[in-house]
Amino acid sequence: MVQYSRTRFDASFAALSDATRRGVLEQLGRADASITDLADKFHMTLTGMKKHVGVLEQAGLVTTQKVGRVRTCRLGLRRLDEEAAWIERHRQLWAARFDELDKVVEELKRKEKVDGRKKRE
Amino acid sequence: MDARRESEPTPMKNPTTVARRSERELVVTRTFNGPARIVFEAWTRPELFTRWWLPKSMDMSLRSCEMDVRVGGKYRLEFEPDGFAFFGTYLEVIPNSRLVWTNEEGGEGGPVTTVTFEEKDGKTLLVMHELHSSKEALDAAGTGAADAMVETFAQLDELLLTLGASVGGS
Repeated sequence: MVQYSRTRFDASFAALSDATRRGVLEQLGRADASITDLADKFHMTLTGMKKHVGVLEQAGLVTTQKVGRVRTCRLGLRRLDEEAAWIERHRQLWAARFDELDKVVEELKRKEKVDGRKKRE
Repeated sequence: MDARRESEPTPMKNPTTVARRSERELVVTRTFNGPARIVFEAWTRPELFTRWWLPKSMDMSLRSCEMDVRVGGKYRLEFEPDGFAFFGTYLEVIPNSRLVWTNEEGGEGGPVTTVTFEEKDGKTLLVMHELHSSKEALDAAGTGAADAMVETFAQLDELLLTLGASVGGS
């Protein structure tokens, strides 16, 4: 079990160590694509792209399915979690922004108070 | 661990909610402890907007931020260091109440953002609504330029979870 995990772990990091493969993951994050699409997109030969996809597949980062003559690649993440993760990403970003905006609002409120006092004086 | 968490003072932050109201619509809501005119100001004056729109955690900065806040006026945000830009046009401007703008960096058919400011008892309920041209466009809508990185980390997190590895310690 430990051995298996370590093997998977190494395979995953090896898969992620290559810029083209990280690009492929990013691309598949947006939409599923065939190996031909990916080869075109990254200006590679079909054979070269097949190798990259093979490495990603081995690491469990990508799954592929052959329908007819086309092999479609998609991210090897569980689909169900994707929607929740998408919402959470947006929420984290906006929460971080709005927590900063709180500080700006507090500062402007203090300034208004001081200015108001000055006017009355 | 839990006991320590309970004894910590509760931060006074209002919750941010995000919902996908339909296939093409994203809605973000948040209450601010201040009047609408102040919150509106923070959205429309570049020197204030730039202070919160790129939180430190994003580790990014803007080279410039221009906002001509009037109907038909343009805005443009340029990032460091490569000058990548967000830009668009204000479609509606109702002071302290409502802003509508286009997002044109992705070409035609980009999303339209509506922000409303609703004041009640000195607090402001802010609702940000994004309408995208299609379900696919919203699916692909990132959380801005930091998205690729966040996504990569999310994938790595998930990968680490899958592998049952601990990310704690050093």
